[in-house]
Amino acid sequence: MMAFYFAQLVEIFPFFLKGLWMTSKIAFISLVSCTLIGLVLGIFRSSNSIILRYLVGVYVAFVRGTPFVVQIFIIFFIFPEWGIQLEAFPAALLAMAIMGSAFICEIVAGGIAAIPKGQWEAAASSGLTNLQQLRLVVIPQAMKIILPPLVGQYVLLIKDTSVVSVIGVMDLTRVGWVTVVRIPEGLMVFTLVGALYFMISYPLILLSNYLEQRMAI
Amino acid sequence: MLADFNFRVIWEYMPLFLTGVRATAFIAAVSITLALITGILACACRISGIKALKYPAIAYIELIRSTPLLVQIYFLYFGLPTLGLRIPELQTGILALMLNSGAYIAEIIRAGINSVDEGHIEAGISSGLNYVQRMRFIILPQALGVTIPPLLGQNIVLVKDSALLSLISVVELTRSGQTMTSERFMPAEAFLTVAFFYMCIYFCLKAFADWSQRKLIFREVY
Repeated sequence: MMAFYFAQLVEIFPFFLKGLWMTSKIAFISLVSCTLIGLVLGIFRSSNSIILRYLVGVYVAFVRGTPFVVQIFIIFFIFPEWGIQLEAFPAALLAMAIMGSAFICEIVAGGIAAIPKGQWEAAASSGLTNLQQLRLVVIPQAMKIILPPLVGQYVLLIKDTSVVSVIGVMDLTRVGWVTVVRIPEGLMVFTLVGALYFMISYPLILLSNYLEQRMAI
Repeated sequence: MLADFNFRVIWEYMPLFLTGVRATAFIAAVSITLALITGILACACRISGIKALKYPAIAYIELIRSTPLLVQIYFLYFGLPTLGLRIPELQTGILALMLNSGAYIAEIIRAGINSVDEGHIEAGISSGLNYVQRMRFIILPQALGVTIPPLLGQNIVLVKDSALLSLISVVELTRSGQTMTSERFMPAEAFLTVAFFYMCIYFCLKAFADWSQRKLIFREVY
């Protein structure tokens, strides 16, 4: 029986590759958008303006305080009630962008906060404007602190893309879920799904470990 | 936007939500306890010199860390029955959370142990302490201070992760939101209330984590 199911699984393997493609697409788009939004929010979070800091703080607290599934449900089920219709795919991307940017914002803000105040003051007294202080002096130094946890966060984000399957996006997890109904060999199907995820995220874990060692020196 | 927000229905479903909160708290408490035990065991195997223990531990930790929790939950949920093991959803979910958090906790503890200065260990060796004594008197007391904050962070992550158990129909907080949505079709009321309760849990745990970080004697280690 096992061999029979295995043959079936091999037959529908292209279906899994489609799921892998979808997962990679969501992961790639959301990593890029999360990094950009997170960087801007992180800079806001460490700015001098109290209102800006406070607003970003509330946003981050809301995102970090609730599970990602609940956020997806809110975006996918509640936005239509307010007249904003979203397909599953854009809704998934939006949810990922909101969730990921809050976490990256914290990493960026932490990195900026770790830079001694003297660096800002020295930059200011050299006549650099606020933006120049940030761009030329603070960010390049903060990058060293930000990079290792950032790559670690990327791994978490890639894994979190699996949750968007709940609103019907045909990603790798959803493909596994659909397949297991037809091929009742859960161990085999989800080992395959897991192996495909492993292929994407393990290199990034290794990169994160490498960066951590490299930057520690 | 929230003009026709129906608080009456939320109030009507309050018992359901409170059951959900209790279930989530129960699941989280049981899972974190089991995960702590798993993590300590996995870490002990990981740092031991015995190859037969070390490599399985590495495989376990790396496999868990590089696959999504949802896939692990489905793996157990759909996979265990094919092995002839029929266990209820709740236990399957707790098992998944335990295995998942266990791997992360193992890494947290290992990072704590690795953070102890090499010189301290050498000093221990030259004072004639054996491995167990070095662990007990030198490494663990120092490692504890470094591990407590990330462990509390992992606890918060675990509470949020437990929301995924609603997808294998375990009755908990997110599931009560789904139940209300399917009965009344009021997703806004249902899921915003669920989010509110998660926020409450989050802030309690966060306050506790911040407090312990300030208060605990371990901070002197930093």
